Amino acid sequence: MKIDFTHRQFAHCESGVTANLLNHHGFPCSEAMAFGMGAGLFFAHVPFFKINYLPLTTFRIAPGSIFKKTAKRLGIEVQKRKFSDPEAAEEELDRLLEAGRPVGAQTGVFWLPFFPPAYRFHFNAHNLVVIGKEGDDYLISDPIFEETVRCPAADLRKARFARGALAPKGKIYYIEKMPDRFDLEKAVKSGINEVCRTMLKTPLPLVGVRGIRLLSRQLAKWPDKLGEKQTILNLGHVIRMQEEIGTGGGGFRFIYAAFLQEAAEVLQNDKLIDLSQRCTEVGDLWREFALIASRVCKGRAAVQDSFDDLSALLCQCAAKEESLFNDLRRAIAK
Amino acid sequence: MKKEDVPQQGGLNSGAREVSYAVDSDGHYTLASSVGWEAKNIALSQAWEAIDDQLRDVIGEIMSGEKSPLAYYMIKNQMDMALLSEYSGVARWRVKRHLKPKVFAKLNRAALTPYAELFGVTVEQLHLVPEGSISSLAELNRPEEENT
Repeated sequence: MKIDFTHRQFAHCESGVTANLLNHHGFPCSEAMAFGMGAGLFFAHVPFFKINYLPLTTFRIAPGSIFKKTAKRLGIEVQKRKFSDPEAAEEELDRLLEAGRPVGAQTGVFWLPFFPPAYRFHFNAHNLVVIGKEGDDYLISDPIFEETVRCPAADLRKARFARGALAPKGKIYYIEKMPDRFDLEKAVKSGINEVCRTMLKTPLPLVGVRGIRLLSRQLAKWPDKLGEKQTILNLGHVIRMQEEIGTGGGGFRFIYAAFLQEAAEVLQNDKLIDLSQRCTEVGDLWREFALIASRVCKGRAAVQDSFDDLSALLCQCAAKEESLFNDLRRAIAK
Repeated sequence: MKKEDVPQQGGLNSGAREVSYAVDSDGHYTLASSVGWEAKNIALSQAWEAIDDQLRDVIGEIMSGEKSPLAYYMIKNQMDMALLSEYSGVARWRVKRHLKPKVFAKLNRAALTPYAELFGVTVEQLHLVPEGSISSLAELNRPEEENT
């Protein structure tokens, strides 16, 4: 049994899932649009919270939030469920598929056989859409892959019940009812406002523009404080968070720039075109950071000098983002 | 990023293409396909090399009688004691004991089965630790080469 579902490949799992689900329910939506309305852009650096002994650095908002907020802003009714019993979780999934409903699911990637082996880490905030079942295989639209994929039921079960940080607990979500009318303008504005607020006004020095500045200061201290080996591991981790499959490049800044371009049309506001360009420039700056950082990792650049450069680059990123989000807030506050 | 600047430096994707966002010649955003980027490949290989380092260390500790072979499978599957305990359903204090060679050597089949099932190996294999060079990336890429 297979639901007639249009699979589109995108950069990021959750915004891709959201866009594909909305599309299926008759609301044509790009990934960038879902990412923007869902206020996906973010930054946080939390030096004292370690994953695999590496300080947490993230460019995206908490998992589940993009889908939830996009749906809320458009007035879409959604259902969400978590399970303690894997069997019950599978029965419910089968029941929904039988009823012709494509189902979003949060999974770990370590157990997914269709993932390139080099990407199989214990990362539990992946999202995909289950669109059918044939025998013991589930049919899956995973937005980061070109085509739909098959996954044995036993493996999907393991992935849905992956353990550790951000354990998905079999979480599924789906669209229950679409509204008769959408207020797209309002949804777009509200999404933009939220991103500006988190990036500029979060009262924690770990989040948003202040988080970037914190990373910039911390990073300059790594070589002395941690020694070369750990420093390079830390740096490699930042690059991976910024660039690894799922960000569309430049730590989501390019997706966001694409969103601003679409938003300019929705809101009939030409200022956003200019701001989109500036967002692209910020993304380019992040890419430059990643490139230099990767050379340090590979040992092709002297460590101490490069860390001063890297730190300065991050300062630039922070300054540019600060003025970008300030201007963005003003641009839509009419 | 301009569309023509989207890097095409393959490496670790096993041939999978991913989407990058880039600007076309008219200044419009498009979705551009990419086989990978050098900076990412470096960071990803480095993460696997770090795992390999841990594997080499742990094999050394197993050889010198400080740890049981279970420690090798734990690291191989990127787990620590907490995660291994959660996945296997074996209490953490028992996992800790099972990492000691003397305790591990006395475990019966029933005690080893949860680990064997979790790691997808036989109970007998759980006692074996590979010899020779360690390279997770080379190992990961091998089956893909056969396909192409």
